[in-house]
Amino acid sequence: MINFLANPARFMGATAWMAPVFGALALVLFFIGVRLGLFASPAEQYQGETVRIMYVHVPAAWWSLGIYTFMAGASFVSLVWRHAMADLAARAAAPIGATFAAICLITGSIWGAPTWGTWWEWDGRLTSMLILFLTYLGYLALISAVDDEEKASRLAAILCLVGFVNIPIVHFSVEWWSTLHQPASVLRPGGSSIDPSMRTPLFVMAGAYFSLFAALLIAHMRASVHRRRVEAARLRAGGAAP
Amino acid sequence: MAAFLSVSSLSVRRGGRLLFEGLSFDAAPGDLIEIRGANGAGKTSLLRVIAGFLRPARGALQFKDRADPQAALHFLGHQNGLKGAVSAHAHVDYWARLLRGDASDALDRVGLRTQAELPARVLSQGQARRLALARLLAAPRPLWLLDEPAAGLDADGRELLTGLIDAHRRNGGVVLAALHESLGSAPSQTLDLSAA
Amino acid sequence: MNAIIATFRRDAALLWAGGGGALAPLGYFIGAVVLAPLAMGPDRTLLTAAGPPLAWVAAALAVLASLEKLFQADLEDGSLEQMLLSEAPLEALVFAKGAAFWLVVGVPLALAAGPAAITLQAPLERIPVIVASLLLGLAAFIGAGLVGAAVAAGVKRGGVLIALLVLPFFAPPVIFGASVASGQDVGPALALLGGCALFGCVIGPFAAAAALRLQAE
Repeated sequence: MINFLANPARFMGATAWMAPVFGALALVLFFIGVRLGLFASPAEQYQGETVRIMYVHVPAAWWSLGIYTFMAGASFVSLVWRHAMADLAARAAAPIGATFAAICLITGSIWGAPTWGTWWEWDGRLTSMLILFLTYLGYLALISAVDDEEKASRLAAILCLVGFVNIPIVHFSVEWWSTLHQPASVLRPGGSSIDPSMRTPLFVMAGAYFSLFAALLIAHMRASVHRRRVEAARLRAGGAAP
Repeated sequence: MAAFLSVSSLSVRRGGRLLFEGLSFDAAPGDLIEIRGANGAGKTSLLRVIAGFLRPARGALQFKDRADPQAALHFLGHQNGLKGAVSAHAHVDYWARLLRGDASDALDRVGLRTQAELPARVLSQGQARRLALARLLAAPRPLWLLDEPAAGLDADGRELLTGLIDAHRRNGGVVLAALHESLGSAPSQTLDLSAA
Repeated sequence: MNAIIATFRRDAALLWAGGGGALAPLGYFIGAVVLAPLAMGPDRTLLTAAGPPLAWVAAALAVLASLEKLFQADLEDGSLEQMLLSEAPLEALVFAKGAAFWLVVGVPLALAAGPAAITLQAPLERIPVIVASLLLGLAAFIGAGLVGAAVAAGVKRGGVLIALLVLPFFAPPVIFGASVASGQDVGPALALLGGCALFGCVIGPFAAAAALRLQAE
């Protein structure tokens, strides 16, 4: 599978249908999820209507972590096998993951205002997510700062893998720190027991986020392959400025 | 005589561009191989591939009974590898430790004995290049990879360089040099990358 | 072994002599410490609580601001190529450079944190703990800093970029270190801080050496 996709031509052949299909799937799932989440599911006992932010917030949190894990896997493949498409996959996933992390932070803050009575709480989860967001920003900044595209990808892959080891450490240390500073009085959103009537829209929205990620990822990767082909063709054409 | 280094059907690619392909040659002890070619033909890249800094797109390098080829070669690139604040003497001393050798007469042999205690930043361009040449002497290694070694050297310096290369060849060393114009030492082979 | 010791000594001497030496990060540290009470006001109780963590933040910033020096010059002047040709593994040479950085930049910062914490109204009996925690914490910072400095070594004026890359790795040592310095849960926090330092000293050289091999291409 990995070997098969290493060739850009085969990759282009195998993925031609994927971006529109995942895009359409994302649209359908968002439509269903928003309907279920905003209208069909009940309000929560203590939080009331504000609990509906969860359907936007929690899938963004899940997938921003999921996408970073995906990037770490792609980085590993890229470093070990010098795999050009894995490079592209990691690069293409980063802005999407960063956006999801930003969505998670912004909606978390909006959710916090009515439930905690404050726009920002240095709570373990928000703090870990903020550091994940910073990790994404660093990755993107490094990619754009190094001129040689291939070298940039490999260097960023090293950073990504070290960052991947760092994330559980950050998570653990932030948890340790927040229990030290605030006894568990804060109302924790999205706790362990969720009523099934809320679980369904949550999972539908998670599926919608994933489809959106897949569609954007593949579209971005395909665009990069096209761009490289154009650049190579221009170079071959004799280096005359266009 | 058995080849010290065999290069077979080597292709090198930089930034999506194929520099040269199918390059094969052997280097035996005592050889000086001149690498010629226009700017951008891949002279520097060929040397960096042999030094192990760069991976070839295709082809193989074989060093005779060497587990760690990087410990058997010297690389003199465009950069001299000097620190402005460090004295000539301390440079040679460091290289002898880093690359495992003996620093004792290296500065004498490149004619920098009186400048030994001066920091590298005050050396002229030619003197700095001579100091970089002293690295070749500070640790005995069989293969010298020289990229435009005469850059910055005056007539005396070029003569000195020729002398060092001749002495190295007499001792069974191998020299690969990317050159714009020939040195006094007669090459045993010339590779023209522009022709490839 | 010879190559590793020689690299350590040479780097320590170069850091000491060049580009403001150990003084520049030290000055930066003191500047950051001075600004804090000016911004917060001279209230003693406020400062007593905030002093030790502030010393930690200032030390972290001072390290961030000086990481650029680690590999950029080696890449530009050709020294990195010579390190690659040594029989000593590049990981060990990178470790030696990190150790030199810790000795020349880190140790003075940790020592300066003592008087700095006193001016920030930290209780006297806590000064040794603050200094000790910083000695460990700076090792953790520099371990992470090696990675950031190596992946961004080819970027001109990459100082701010390196700071951004390294910042997420500073979170755990800052959390545990500031906790030690403020006297909260000292035992476990010190052990965890030591873990961070050890982790940085192991992962840092390996990841940085991998990045430097790519940089030499």
